[in-house]
Amino acid sequence: MSELTLFLIKISYLAILWIFVLSAISVVRSDMFGARMPATAREAAAPKSRRQPKQKARKGSPTHVLVVDGANKGERADLSQAPILIGRGADAAIRLDDDYVSTRHARIAASGDQWFVEDLGSTNGTYIGSARITQPTTLTLGTQVRIGKTLLELRK
Amino acid sequence: MAQQSGALMQFVHRRRRGAELFLLILALVVGVGAYAAVGLGVKGKVPADIVSYGGWLAVLVIAAHIAVRMVAPYADPVLLPIVAALNGLGLAVIHRIDLARGNQLARQQLVWMTIGVALFVGTLLILRDHRVLQRFTYTSGLAAIVLLLMPMAPGIGKTVNGARIWIHVGSMSFQPGEVAKVLLVVTFAGYLVLHRDALALAGRRVAMIDLPRGRDLGPILAMWVVSLGILVFQHDLGSSLLFFGLFLIMLYVATERAGWLVVGATLFVVGSYLTYVFIGHVRERFQLWSDVWAHYGPHTDDLGRQSVETMFGMAWGGLIGRGLGQGAPWRIPFAESDFIFGAIGEELGLTGSLAVILLYGLIVERALRAALISRDDIGKLLATGLGGTLALQVFVVIGGVTHLIPLTGLTTPFLSYGGSSLVANWVIVAILLRISDAARRPLPDLSLPDDADMDETQVVKLT
Repeated sequence: MSELTLFLIKISYLAILWIFVLSAISVVRSDMFGARMPATAREAAAPKSRRQPKQKARKGSPTHVLVVDGANKGERADLSQAPILIGRGADAAIRLDDDYVSTRHARIAASGDQWFVEDLGSTNGTYIGSARITQPTTLTLGTQVRIGKTLLELRK
Repeated sequence: MAQQSGALMQFVHRRRRGAELFLLILALVVGVGAYAAVGLGVKGKVPADIVSYGGWLAVLVIAAHIAVRMVAPYADPVLLPIVAALNGLGLAVIHRIDLARGNQLARQQLVWMTIGVALFVGTLLILRDHRVLQRFTYTSGLAAIVLLLMPMAPGIGKTVNGARIWIHVGSMSFQPGEVAKVLLVVTFAGYLVLHRDALALAGRRVAMIDLPRGRDLGPILAMWVVSLGILVFQHDLGSSLLFFGLFLIMLYVATERAGWLVVGATLFVVGSYLTYVFIGHVRERFQLWSDVWAHYGPHTDDLGRQSVETMFGMAWGGLIGRGLGQGAPWRIPFAESDFIFGAIGEELGLTGSLAVILLYGLIVERALRAALISRDDIGKLLATGLGGTLALQVFVVIGGVTHLIPLTGLTTPFLSYGGSSLVANWVIVAILLRISDAARRPLPDLSLPDDADMDETQVVKLT
């Protein structure tokens, strides 16, 4: 086998190796920028006629968050102002005077018809029942969310 | 079903299984192409068994791909192809050294790869949710220590090249430390998830560093000291370094306290000095590194042959290498296992070596990406830990081979000959894919169905 053939084999193998590396990188790149926004996807997927009835508040859907236990018992926030920030800070929609609550503790936000509670990296955590939540968690009517010594829930 | 949450998530990840298949085919070309190039370079013709060899490799890769498609459809598309390419390249280089030495190691490695892929598929099938690993925090810690102790047991343990890290049962030999590595990551992650707040916040502040309370750090520290002690006792330097670094990375990531890095660096310096003074094996390795030329050639102890031959090889390889099958990698002792990167440097040159290092970099990047987008703490810590293990291992071994740091015996992930390491690394990739699948999967739509069909019974698939 001639020198030249071997040289060509060598170069073409290195080329294959780098083509693989570069394609892998291009897949990584398209993975970063190429994902579609869920809002637009939702828009496109759901036909107008089916979306219409969803707009009006369904019977049984929550309208406000109520503090049911703790120092600020009775305080409420309307869900129409969502997302609702809960914490000790001045900008929170529900301000809690509770030493175990972080400045920006958690927030309640809507996604479609559902309500979610999401911990904002608080020190003492947000609990549903006895479980500390680690990801946005669905809330239904009457689910009790514990933040510090305070209990909150969605109400009609 | 797939369209979800506007406010809480920026975007929905696509499945990308097609991209994965495309990359896998390219990876096969890399693996089989290397095999063909080796045959052409050494014997002047394409090997006769290229079809059966390529076919078997393709079957393995396609089996892994189908498993991912079925049970982890949202998993990262880049990890599996990179691993397949590295494994294929490793097989070809081992085959190349076999041809020079008359061994049959590549055949055995292919068997190990088959076992590795089988375990990869098995892990994906059994481990449907990585969060269950948290239940095995202490079990896996205990299992890791038992595994690390196994080579010390008389009868099955055996000393190979100065390190007592092998067990032999019948004709099978295995390095339990490789499996212990994965188990320890699970232990550290499971423990730190529960105790990270206490570790980060409770305790005293001493000289810029928040020291945690003993009762929070104690159990995991004991666990770590025991495993490190065993390794140092077994003269397995590479793995000790790996576990040390792994523990620090995970502690740092879990507590977000940069002070740990300072503590770790100090401990590392003190520990290195102590091992240098008290363990002859370490001193020998260090002296070998600081003046390798005094240990090469006639009239010397010739201990530096490995390093010097590797450097000769890489220098001879230069920018584009000798070409597969045209170098002389058999001159390097252990060229098929610890020193495989030297053989690659010689035959594929700087161009090929950089491609390999870049591929490792991509694996680590994808692992950290999975950790970043993971929605639960255990997933974050597991992915960071597993990615960190691979990164450290690659650094220690390639640094050692290229003479940047003193030499420590570790396998190059996916490339080196060695069944235990290959199998363990395939399992690591399976766990990483499982975490990235969970992280990239859109949140399930739990909203109630419209009023009209409220009364009907429906089959709802949540995941």
